[in-house]
Amino acid sequence: MKAVKVLYFASLRELLGKSGDTLPLDVEQTALTIWQTLNPNSSLPESCLIAINQEYAAADSIVNAGDELAFFPPVTGG
Amino acid sequence: MNKVNIHPAPFNPWREITDFQETNLQGLCNYGATATFVGTMRDFNEGDDVAEMELEHYPAMTEKQLQSIIADAEQRWPLQHVLLSHRVGLIKPADPIVLVSVWSAHRAAAFDACREIMEALKHKAPFWKKENLSSGESRWVASNTPGFSED
Repeated sequence: MKAVKVLYFASLRELLGKSGDTLPLDVEQTALTIWQTLNPNSSLPESCLIAINQEYAAADSIVNAGDELAFFPPVTGG
Repeated sequence: MNKVNIHPAPFNPWREITDFQETNLQGLCNYGATATFVGTMRDFNEGDDVAEMELEHYPAMTEKQLQSIIADAEQRWPLQHVLLSHRVGLIKPADPIVLVSVWSAHRAAAFDACREIMEALKHKAPFWKKENLSSGESRWVASNTPGFSED
C-alpha cells in the first residue's frame, strides 16, 4: 500500500516531539483528517500552515498516497 | 538571470553581489538601477538580549517558494536580474541573514520589486527563527515585525 509522508517543522515539531510520520493511505483524505489520525490528542493549531508537495494548501485540501504533506507554524524568515 | 542561494554557513552579501555582477552582468548595459536589501541579525528582540539564533527551514519547499516569489515579481515589473540569498543554521549577531538584489532599467521597478520580494519572502518562504537569549532561555519567534513604517 502506498503512503503519505508527513513533516512537522519548528515549534510544531517540538510540541509534537517528532519531525514526521508515515501514514499508509488507500483512499484520498483531507489534510485535516490525516492530522487527526496521526495526532488524536492535539488539535490542529489555528495558525498552522499546510503544504502539499511543497505548495501551500488548506486544511480541507485533498491528499493522495505518494504526496508529501507538511504542517508548520507561521514563517519568520528574512 | 536569477539566482537563489541557501547558505548553511556565514556569507558576505557585498562579495556575493560583486561576484554575481562579474559573472553574469559583464558587458550588459540594459540596467540603470540596482536596489539591494540586506537583513542582519540584531543582538536584541522584544526587550531581551539575544546571543544567537537558529534558523530552520523546509529545504524542498524553500527553493520552490523563492523561485515562485521571483517569478511573481517578474510578472509585475520589468526586471533584468534578481539575486536572492538566505542563511540557515546557527546565526550570530551582525551576521547577514538575507540578501535581495534587483537590477532593472529604472529605479521605480528596482525599488518596488526589491521591497515586494522581501515582503513576500517574510510571509511565504518556509523559514523559522529560534532565539537563544543571553539569559539561557530559548524561544521561537512567533511573528514578523511590520514591513512598512507608520506615519
